[in-house]
Amino acid sequence: MKRLKDSFRDVARYPSAIIGMIIVIALFVFSFYTMWKIPYNEAIKMWRASESIVYKNPKNARPTWVNWFRKDKLPVSVDVVAGEDDDFTKVSEPRASGGSSIEFVYTFDYNYNELPQDFFLYFTADYQSKNPFISMTLLTPSGEDIKIADIGITKNQNYRFEQDEKLRTRLKRLHKGNEPATAMQGLLSKLGSDPFEIDKGTYKLTIQATTFEEGSDVDVELIMHGKVFGFFGTDHLRRDLKVAMMWGAPIALAFGLTAALGSAIITMFISAVGTWFGGWLDELIQRITEVNMVIPYFAVLIMVGTFYSRSIWTLLLVTIILNMFSASVKSQRAIFLQVKESTYIEAAIAYGASDLRIVTRYMIPRVIPMIIPGLVSAVPSYVFLEASLALLGLGDPSIPTWGKVINDARTFGAQYQGMYYWILEPAVFLMITGFGFALLGFALDRIFNPRLRGM
Amino acid sequence: MATEKKNIALESTVEYSKQASRATAKRLIRFFFRRLILLIITIVVGVYLTIIVANMGGYVDKILDAAIREEVNMQVAQIAAQSGGMSDDVRREMIEREIALRRSVAGLDQPFIRRSLTHLKNALTLNFGRARFMISDHGSRYVRNIILERLPATLLLMGTSQLLLFVVSLFLALAVSRHYGSFWDKLIVALSPTSSIPPWFYGIFLILIFAAWLKILPFGGMVDAPPPPTKIGYFLSVLKHMILPAFSLFISSFMINTYSWRTFFLIYSSEDYVDMAKAKGLGSRAIERRYILRPTMPSIITSFALMLVGIWTGATLTETVFLWPGLGTIIYEAVSRYDTAVIVGTTIIQAYLLGITVFLLDFLYAIVDPRVKLGGK
Repeated sequence: MKRLKDSFRDVARYPSAIIGMIIVIALFVFSFYTMWKIPYNEAIKMWRASESIVYKNPKNARPTWVNWFRKDKLPVSVDVVAGEDDDFTKVSEPRASGGSSIEFVYTFDYNYNELPQDFFLYFTADYQSKNPFISMTLLTPSGEDIKIADIGITKNQNYRFEQDEKLRTRLKRLHKGNEPATAMQGLLSKLGSDPFEIDKGTYKLTIQATTFEEGSDVDVELIMHGKVFGFFGTDHLRRDLKVAMMWGAPIALAFGLTAALGSAIITMFISAVGTWFGGWLDELIQRITEVNMVIPYFAVLIMVGTFYSRSIWTLLLVTIILNMFSASVKSQRAIFLQVKESTYIEAAIAYGASDLRIVTRYMIPRVIPMIIPGLVSAVPSYVFLEASLALLGLGDPSIPTWGKVINDARTFGAQYQGMYYWILEPAVFLMITGFGFALLGFALDRIFNPRLRGM
Repeated sequence: MATEKKNIALESTVEYSKQASRATAKRLIRFFFRRLILLIITIVVGVYLTIIVANMGGYVDKILDAAIREEVNMQVAQIAAQSGGMSDDVRREMIEREIALRRSVAGLDQPFIRRSLTHLKNALTLNFGRARFMISDHGSRYVRNIILERLPATLLLMGTSQLLLFVVSLFLALAVSRHYGSFWDKLIVALSPTSSIPPWFYGIFLILIFAAWLKILPFGGMVDAPPPPTKIGYFLSVLKHMILPAFSLFISSFMINTYSWRTFFLIYSSEDYVDMAKAKGLGSRAIERRYILRPTMPSIITSFALMLVGIWTGATLTETVFLWPGLGTIIYEAVSRYDTAVIVGTTIIQAYLLGITVFLLDFLYAIVDPRVKLGGK
């Protein structure tokens, strides 16, 4: 207990150790929070990007925080359900001939210099045999009343502004033959302005629904695909990057820690056994270590990833196997050779301790403090290894990881199109993880390695 | 009289040192060959293991099989064209017979061990078969040509960045260790964890900053398209394209190298014999050269060796990120097009490169470290 306290006091002497520790702990907390907030199966489902999940998300939308740094703000995505929001009201009145007349009014300000990607309306209607009828108009800040559409709706009907050809033709006529590039441009620009100039101010979208049956009802959800979405933005498949950013942490930690711990423990065991028994076993281990140095470890991983399996756990296993006979077998062997000659080992032999007992109880504990710093410092390299494989397109296809997001971003030209957030977000996460473990590892190295004390 | 004596003494010293250097050279050569043989054995075993891993799913067999099939098909087509008219059945039979014959010559119908030895022989002679999709810039489909064509680019990039890294961090480490505890010293210590980030990662940032944002350096590639006509123009263009990849390789190891070498220097400069040298009144440069640098050299080379071995990994990705037409880019292309022959081929070439790296450093180590007895007792 006292020893533990002492080592804590040692760690606390180094500010870098404290920072590293805080980052590592924060990462763990973040990982557990993620696992609790978005259960694994749900995350996988969200990452598979089926239409029913991602319909609300715009494509390649930047994260909302880019607006903090911009003078002209980008349109923020909107998702409102009629009746649940003050800006989107629902008033229902019974009609004399049965059924009812429902008026939805959505009032919104549009002061952006850029156009949104699209407007969507998702209608859900409740009726027996007669379809409700919808008619929509948009009142612009300049006072124009633009008719959008008159349609009959089914039980689940969606209406996309951009896909309505009639609306396009009408807008062209309203703009006096000057055809807008998109329906959004036609709707949100001043009529007759050339070039198109966005009409800033308050808009009022009125949706008049008429039902023809008793008890029939209509509900509507309005979605505006803006240019920014959520805190993390979205990718080319409309997936919310939040899923990958959050789930990247537990996966990176699991991969990095297991690989570092697994290979360090096995390496330690191998060199202890080799040194203790000596002879041909020691010789064999030495030779394997030399051969292992020549085997191009990353290329072999690539081969395994391409030929056999892209599962992250297979790659983890192969990583550990390839790292078992790393160069540290040699450096640990030197330490074990000294340990082997110590008198307490002699004493252990004298009292009849078994080989296994000597290796596990007398030899291995001697090197544990020496390998801990290296182990901690090795975690980032494994985390980045996973990212490296993902960058080559060998990431686990079903799991969202930081590396895979970077790969997607690069494949779809994020750096050429100015979608820096797509690369920067996972990069920042990877960097924080790398720094955290490296800071801690370096500080531990100075604490456990007496020659480095005070250097 | 006295001068004569001195001369004799001098001569004998010269004679002695000549003899000594001859003996050293002899030992060095003996050591060189012994290491070479050991290295060859190591590489053979390493390549063999790689082959076995690759062939666990029969991929290497398939590569060989495909090569045979293609060759036979072409030859039979030629024969058919020359003899004019040959019925399909006869032709098919001929193909099958020939393939079966060649398969048995190649040893493909033999048990696993024999087969793997065949593959080993092919791999060691750099006979990797033909690529399925990839073509070298000169139009060859032999994997060997594809790889060898790209090797100079990798060596250029790696050589430049590693040499720069070695020299710069060595001198900086020396300078910093002279001023232990100064601001720069503390800065190096504080920044050393930045080396936990691999070079390709720095590459991505550098591209974002210098290519996408500032637009002063190219996104990637090795020369402008079209390449400049003059030699000097070509050289400058390559230089311009090399700045970012070389810098990212450099920066990712720079801090940790400087830090660890500085630490070595500090440890060695606290030795008793250094105090002794100081007490004798030797100049600080001489102390540095003879008493600090010399004994640290082996450790420096070891750390450099380990880093160099590790950097081959980083280079694959760095090249991919910068579209540098070297070995790494081949791997990336081969993976994305599922060209098995090329993947196996590059893996084996990398094994060779690693082997050579390990050998060179081993040899260097032996020259530098006086404690390593060359060529046995």
